[in-house]
Formats: sequence, C-alpha cells, structure tokens
Amino acid sequence: MSPFTSPLDLQQGTVDMSHGSGGRAMAQLIEELFVRHLDNDLLRQANDQALFEPPAGRLAISTDSYVISPLFFPGGDIGSLAVHGTINDVAMAGAKPLYLSASFILEEGFLLADLEKIVISMAAAAKQAGTPIVTGDTKVVERGKGDGIFITTTGIGVVPANVNISGNRAKAGDRILISGSIGDHGVAILSSRENLQFSTTLSSDSAALADLVACMVQAVPDIHCLRDPTRGGLATTLNELARQSAVGMRIMENDIPVKSSVKAACELLGLDPLYIANEGKLVCICPPEPAEALLALMRNHPLGREAAIIGEVIAEPEGLVQMVTSFGGHRVVDWLAGEQLPRIC
Amino acid sequence: MLGKAIRITGAVQGVGFRPTVWRLAQARQLRGSVWNDSAGVQIQVWGSDENISEFIAELFRQAPPLSRIDRIDVEPIGSSCPCQDFQITASRHDTARRTGIAADAATCPDCRRDFLEPANRRYFYPFTNCTHCGPRFSIIEALPYDRINTSMKHFPLCPSCQAEYDNPADRRFHAQANACPDCGPTLWLENNNAETLPVTDALMAASALLKQGKIVAIKGLGGFHLACAADNENAVAQLRRRKQRYCKPFAVMAKDLAMIRRYADVSPLEQAMLEDKAAPIVLLTARGEKLADSVAPDGQLGFMLPYTPLHHCLLQIFNGPLVLTSGNRSDEPQSIDNDEARSQLHPVADYFLLHDRDIIRRLDDSVIRIIDAEPRVLRRARGFAPEPFKLPPGFERARPVLAMGGELKNSFCLLHEGQAVLSQYMGDLENPHAQAQYRQQIQHYQQLFNVVPEIIAVDLHPDYVSTQLGLQLARCGNLQIAEAQHHHAHIAACMAEHGLPLGTAVLGVAFDGLGMGLNRQLWGGEFLCADYRHFTRLAHFPDVPLPGGAQAIREPWRNAYAQFNHYFDWKALQQSFADVEILRFLAVKPQQILETMIARQLNSPRSSSCGRFLDACAAAVGLCTEQINYEGQAAIQLENLATPVFAEQQEQAYPADLRQCDGSIIIEWHRFWIALLTDLQHPTNAAVIAARIHHGLARITANLAVQLCEQHGLDTVVLNGGVFQNRLLLEEISRLIRQAGKTVLSPSKVPTNDGGLALGQAIIAAAQEL
Repeated sequence: MSPFTSPLDLQQGTVDMSHGSGGRAMAQLIEELFVRHLDNDLLRQANDQALFEPPAGRLAISTDSYVISPLFFPGGDIGSLAVHGTINDVAMAGAKPLYLSASFILEEGFLLADLEKIVISMAAAAKQAGTPIVTGDTKVVERGKGDGIFITTTGIGVVPANVNISGNRAKAGDRILISGSIGDHGVAILSSRENLQFSTTLSSDSAALADLVACMVQAVPDIHCLRDPTRGGLATTLNELARQSAVGMRIMENDIPVKSSVKAACELLGLDPLYIANEGKLVCICPPEPAEALLALMRNHPLGREAAIIGEVIAEPEGLVQMVTSFGGHRVVDWLAGEQLPRIC
Repeated sequence: MLGKAIRITGAVQGVGFRPTVWRLAQARQLRGSVWNDSAGVQIQVWGSDENISEFIAELFRQAPPLSRIDRIDVEPIGSSCPCQDFQITASRHDTARRTGIAADAATCPDCRRDFLEPANRRYFYPFTNCTHCGPRFSIIEALPYDRINTSMKHFPLCPSCQAEYDNPADRRFHAQANACPDCGPTLWLENNNAETLPVTDALMAASALLKQGKIVAIKGLGGFHLACAADNENAVAQLRRRKQRYCKPFAVMAKDLAMIRRYADVSPLEQAMLEDKAAPIVLLTARGEKLADSVAPDGQLGFMLPYTPLHHCLLQIFNGPLVLTSGNRSDEPQSIDNDEARSQLHPVADYFLLHDRDIIRRLDDSVIRIIDAEPRVLRRARGFAPEPFKLPPGFERARPVLAMGGELKNSFCLLHEGQAVLSQYMGDLENPHAQAQYRQQIQHYQQLFNVVPEIIAVDLHPDYVSTQLGLQLARCGNLQIAEAQHHHAHIAACMAEHGLPLGTAVLGVAFDGLGMGLNRQLWGGEFLCADYRHFTRLAHFPDVPLPGGAQAIREPWRNAYAQFNHYFDWKALQQSFADVEILRFLAVKPQQILETMIARQLNSPRSSSCGRFLDACAAAVGLCTEQINYEGQAAIQLENLATPVFAEQQEQAYPADLRQCDGSIIIEWHRFWIALLTDLQHPTNAAVIAARIHHGLARITANLAVQLCEQHGLDTVVLNGGVFQNRLLLEEISRLIRQAGKTVLSPSKVPTNDGGLALGQAIIAAAQEL
C-alpha cells in the first residue's frame, strides 16, 4: 500500500521545491520515478550507499557532470549521455565498468514527464551496458537557478590484470586508431539546439564503449593509450596525448572518417570536424605489430565498423600534432585557446 | 706624420672591404694596417692630414658594392708609425660582435664575363663568385664570416683559387665562397629515381629536357625551384597539376631584359629593381607575346633575371623564358636539402639538377611591385634579409627585443643596439616544416647577431603559433612580454621604416584581412591615432559577421551575403534586384542556416575587415564568388579588372557615409551597395563597376583620413596593411590625401602585409619601455 496520498502526475506535473525537501514528496519522486525505472538489487536496498564486494584487480573511478542544451536530441538525451559518458571515461583505462551513481539537480518547474523520459533513457542505457545505477541523490533549485536538469554520474570499474593503459605511454612508431567517424555528436547537438535544417538529420554517436574496449584489451592487452575525444574533439585529444607522452604525431586527413553529412554541415558552418565533440568514439594508440589485427577486430564490433588507422606516433617534434592534408601538404593541428577564431590575415 | 685609428661598422666583412682600404691607402702613400674584428673593420693609418682626410672620404665613395657603412669613428693615435708600408693583417676577434652580415647578391658583371669567356678557367662554371657577388647569408653557419663557418668549408681551395684569395689586388681576395671547377662544388643531373645521368654537361642536358617540356627541380641559392618552359602550356599545366597549385601565379626567369620586354612592360624603375643586386621577382604588366596561359591566370607577371652563374648558364643555353617556382608541393616551404628534395619533389619533378654546396638557410625569392613610383617589397627574403633597419631617433637606449611576428607570411625581428634585424620570410606557421625552421632561425639569429632579448613582443591573437611560442620563450627565459595590437604594429612598422622620431603621432590607416583587435574583436579596416607607444581607434569599417569564420575567408560569397544581410531586408532586396546574378547565386544557398548562424553568432564573429569587404565586392561582381584558391585572389582579380578603366571612372566613385557611434566613426556602405547593385542591374560593364568600387573605397578613406587629421591636429597619414598591395588603392588614396596637404607615408622596404608585422611589434615593445 502506497504511503503517498496521490500518484505523481507524470503527464502535467512539474518539479517543485518540496521534491528536494527530504520529505514525503521527495520520497515519492524517488520511489515512483527513479527506483521504478532504474530498478536493481543494490538500489532496492534503499540505503544511502550501495554496498558490494570489491573484485580482484585495480579499480578505476571517474566522475562527470552533464549539462546540455537541448536535453533531447537526435541519437540520445542528457540521460543516456550521462550514462555513456561516464562508462566511457572508466572504460578508457581498459576497465570493465561495474556500477554507476547518479546525482540530479532539478530546476523548479521542470516537467516530470521530461524527467521520466530522461530516467527511462538512463535505465535503458545502463541496462544495455550492463552497468547498473546503484545509488543516487536529488536536489531541487529555485526557478531560474538551473537549466532544467543537471546530472552528475560516477562510475567504478575494474582493470584486467595485464592491462596498463595511460596517456603517457604513446611511443614513436605506435599506430593511432579511431573507432569511427568524427564530429557526429557536436554537429548534431548544434543543429538540434539552433534548429538548423540540414538535408539529412544529423544524429549523435552517443554510445557506451565498454564492450568494444573489453574486446580490444582482450585481443591486445598491450594497448598503450585509449581516450574518448569528447570536448575539443580529436585534435585536442591527440594534443593531450602527445604532450603527456612527450611525442609527436602525424595523422592523415584522408584516413580520418567523417560522415559526408557531417562534412557538409561543417563546411557550411565553417567548423573543423577535428575540433568537434564525439560521445561514442575512442582513440587508441597501440604498437605497430598488432595494429592491423586490432583494426579488423574493431571493425567486427557494431561500434567500430568505420574504425581506421589514422596516423602514427613520431618522436619529434615533441608535443606537436601534424596532419598530412588531402593536398599532400602538412599543417599543424594545434590546441585552441577557446572557440575557433579565424587566424588568416 | 699624423696617426689615426679608424673604426668602420656595418656590413663590411666578406664584401671586399679590406682590399679597397688597402688600395686607397696605397694610392695615398699611407702606412699602417687594416684588419677585421668582431665589431667590423679596424684601420690604423699614418700620413699627412690631407691624405688621411681624402682617404676617409674615398672610403665612403668607393665602398665595395655589397658593403654598407653604418658609421666611421676616427680617433687620433700616436704619431710614431710602426710600419713601413700598408698591410692587411690577420682577423682579431676579441670585441663585442657587431659586424653586419651581407645578404646574398646577384652575379656581378665581372664574374659574368669570367664564366661567359671561353678562355677563362671558370668558363660556364656555375659557382663562380667574388667579393662583389655570390652567396652570403644562405651559406653562413656562424660568424666571423670565414670559409670555415660556411658550407664552402667542404671545398679546400686549389692553388689558383688560393692565390686569388691571398692577393689584395684581386677581387677574389678573401672571397670566402671562391671556387673553380678544380676545387669547388659540382653540378649533376639525376632522374627522379635518384640515379645520376651519364651526361658530360648537366646544364646542356637539363636545358634539352626543359625544351622537351620536362619539369626539372633545380637547386638554387636559397632553395629549390621547379622549372619548366614558360611558353609550353602542357608543361606549365602539368606542373600546376603535380604541384597541386592551381591558380597562384608562377614566377618566370628570363635570360635578360630584352627577353622580359617581349612579354611585359618594364618601366625604368622596374628595370632598376630587376637589375638590383638583390635580383627580386618584379611584378610586371603583361604586354606583347603571350606566355603559356597557366603561368599567371590572374594577371600580372612575376619576372626575375638570372642571379647565379647556374641560372645565367642555364638560360644562355635554354634561351627562353623559364617558369621558376618554389620547389615544394602545395604550400609547403621549399626544399633546401638534396635528400629532402628527392623525397618531397619526386612526384612533381622529372629530373633534378643538383649540386653539393649546402644551403644553410632557406631564402625564398623576394617579390617587389612598383606602386606610386616606389618599389614595394611584398616578400622579403633572398637579397634583402638580413639587412638591418636603423632605428629612428629616440631609440638609442632601447632594450633588446625579440618580436615573434604574425601567423601567415611570418617573419620575426630582433631589435638591439640601434637597429632592427627583420628575418627573411618564414612563411605560414600552420605548416610544421615552416614552424620548425622558424624555431631554428630564431635561435640562429640570436647567435649570429649576438642578441640576448629582454622583451618578447607578440600579437594579441591567442592562437597564433608565434604568440604561443613567444609566451613559451618568455616563460622559460623569465622575460618580459609585450603585446602589440596587430594594426598598431602595421602602423609602427611603417613609421620605423621612415625614421619618424620617438614621440611622433600620426593618423594610421591599417587595412588588411583580419587581425586581433582589443576585447577579442576582429579588426581590419582601422583608422588609428598612433605613436610608437599607444594608439586610439578613431574610426573603422562596420562590424559585419563572417558567417562560418575562417570559411568566410575562403568563400567570398559569404561576405557578400553578410553585407547584404547587414544593410538590407533580404526579401525586399531580392524583390528589388531579382535578376542580379549575385542575388540569384545567394538565393540557392541555405538561407535559414545562414540567417541563424548570423543571428545566433554561430561561428560568425563580427569583423571590421577591409579585406572581407573587398571580397564581398568581388563576389558581387562575379569574381571568385564560390571560393578563392589563394590568399587575396578575389581582391587581386578585382584590381586587375578595374585597372584599364580606373582613370576614366574618377568621378563615378560609389558613395559611402560616416556615422558616429560610441565615440568613434564608422563607415557605412548602404548607399555604396545600392549604387553597385543598381549598376549590376542595368547592366554595367564589370570593369567599370570594379573601378567604381576602388574609387568609392579610396574616396571615403581619404576624406575620413583628412578629416581625422584636422580633428586631431595630425599632419602625417601612414597607410599600411595587406590591402595596400593593391596598386589602385594605394596610389589613389595617397594622391587624394596629398592633395589635401597632408604627408603620406607607406612602406617600401618593409612588407606592407604581415611580413612586416614583427618590425612594428619590436618597435612598439621597445618604445613602451623608453
């Protein structure tokens, strides 16, 4: 028998301050919305924490906050993104993600119907990835003090015994691989937010990469670096890795997969896909010998069908990422100070 | 008997200075000696007062062609002379290094006679040179300028060359690059598999291949060229395809002036520049016989004369115009090393004409255009670098500065001890090879010129490679950083070239593509009240969005769209000018997205650029509407189109207005666009429209400049920035401002584009500390 006088109005209802008060309204929100959809054994214990036995091996933990406009976009929403993003951050250590926590900051007036859609989407993403959300928190802020909803997720995972992946391990001669086309997420978000009508619908690539990573590290435990090129895109990720490993990198423009729809949108918008965010792609740096086999394996995985070897690590100049352009020229792929600003005079 | 110690500073080593001193002293029965040291040339002479005075006067008059005397200091010394005669004695290197380094110089007439004379031991020897000509800066590894510190160190002198080297009466006395077929560098011909061809005469064989339409990579003085017959369209078109450079003009070398005159007009001043010891590429107006169409599709022809014996000999045999474009693929820096060239150029060149004298530093061909009766250095490298600029009065105690320059067409600058050394053109720093050379040359210059900078000057653009490296150097060396605003630096560079003293204020008109302004705004059509230290922005072009950011630089139609969107209601404009081509062109572009980009400022930063305004005009006339192939192409085509009818359209300038806004004046183009669109609708000849565009821009610029001078009590207008490579604009704006009684200054020796930026940055940084 429900202790609540009336059910949550998931059609018309909105978040109000009482949903964060710690009282009955909050308990109802948690039970009828969060627990109902995210349902799993650990969550059902209804403690302030989830308890579990630590597995053997090194643990990887990562946390990330999600703020995005629009909340719903082609290819996902803030909920699935909050699950995929943190799973990916844990997986980039070569780890198998075990559990997630989720913390919500809701703005007064936010539609409960939207909240439910988001939570359902999180539940589906977590289920598909096999990584349950086992604990969480909810706060409500006054109208005007939030942007509808902010979500923070934390993930914990375990690293297989013989795997040692780190951003400082790239070595001259290593190959650089990407798991698929770049720029999809950023361009989809931008066009959805600004209602830009391109002839083809652009869709975010948001996806959990843990299974792909598991296959990769099982086949090639000696992968040197893994990183997901999110904010700042491929260019920024490669620059980070080059600096961390004190090496140079040379990538081939012609070998970098970019969907033709994304390329066309970027051309019109004047954006460089190299700097655009991805949410379902990874960069892998591995020794040259297993690179081809690894590529074949990635291409057999649904999330790596368009994987490609896009370049190699070189000794010098240290910290510099350069690209052989489609014209055969070379250009430096630099970090940007902020937004893309024209440099030509 | 009187004794004098004479100290000469400047570019006085390795140019035949001491033999000249020796000859002049001998002729006046002076006793004493002359030697090189780290500071330049030192002389001690004893003789009569009259003879010594005459001797000093003659030093100025008869200084050898490659020398440059910065100053002569004379001090009395004891009257007892220790010498019986006058001698050249061994170099001493104990004082602070202040001697200048000479630029590379074109073959002198004496050497030309040597290698063209069948009986001479240097007959057709492609590395002939003397103290009056030949390689200098391109082969110097270190100072002092002795053979051992150049790439000639691998070639020990044979007895004949040694005898010349030792004889003060010979013009090869101490010629560090002296060489002959017995002891000097050799030339050979390879196919593009690096196999040497078994030919007795590489030059003859290369010439024959060029005649057959082949593409030959030629190792020259400051880098590799790619050569082909300039009158063979198939060969030139093939070179364009292989090099992946589709439109940017190719330079042409001709045997002599007479040959150039077959294809182009050559004024006396243009002739003087072609024959200058720097032997630059000079931009000329095509007239007469036609070269292959693909040589310069957009108009002016860039010609140069042979400047090394290799080029002379090859052109003697080939006896026709030769495309000689930088030896690179696409926009890479040209190769300087044999192996690098083999690997870089083998997809482009059929054959390689190589030699074994190493090129120590890349020096591209310099480019000059005569505008308003002055030679304008547009690209400053071989033959000009590293000639220093003397600093204006007031900078005597300036602290040493390293100025990092811009992003494209980069050069850097070292300022110290009363002079500024502007580096050769380094190129586009977004290219990793250019960037590596830039880093290396910055180190090298500091060693060669013995400068330890205390201040690093950088542009305000945070993403320029030069800015980032400057900040890095400053952090590592714990040096002071000075930020110089882009357009202020343009104005200051021109002021420095003209020697305006510290404290002078001018009205600076800086027109270019884009540069970072204050508050992270993009500027490019600026009227500044400036001195070396400060500037105030008095007026500017309107801030118009660049839809797509850098993409708006590549695609002129975006600027036309942005201008129309800025001034007009799009639907009303479409109705009024429905049949105008540019509006039909824009109508099929994705309006909704472009409008949103501009309205929501999505990658559409606003900019007051003059260059983008010209792009919009070009696009409106139908030039490069879709996209450009190289920087400035739309504006270049617009100028070329306007030139033939420019004078007759004098009275038909398109109108523009001035508007006050927040304390500055903004040029408004509303009426300008109406007039232009009305002309397009009528329709009017495109050349006439192009001319009216230039007149409109010139008229409002000059009027505003004069008005601002009056308001702010200024009497000098400085014009600088890449837009002033446009002959019509520079000449017309200068004329109109002079007509109003103001002085006009524009740069001649310093590139008006970003190649001159570093000099401005350096002088601003120095001034702010004085």
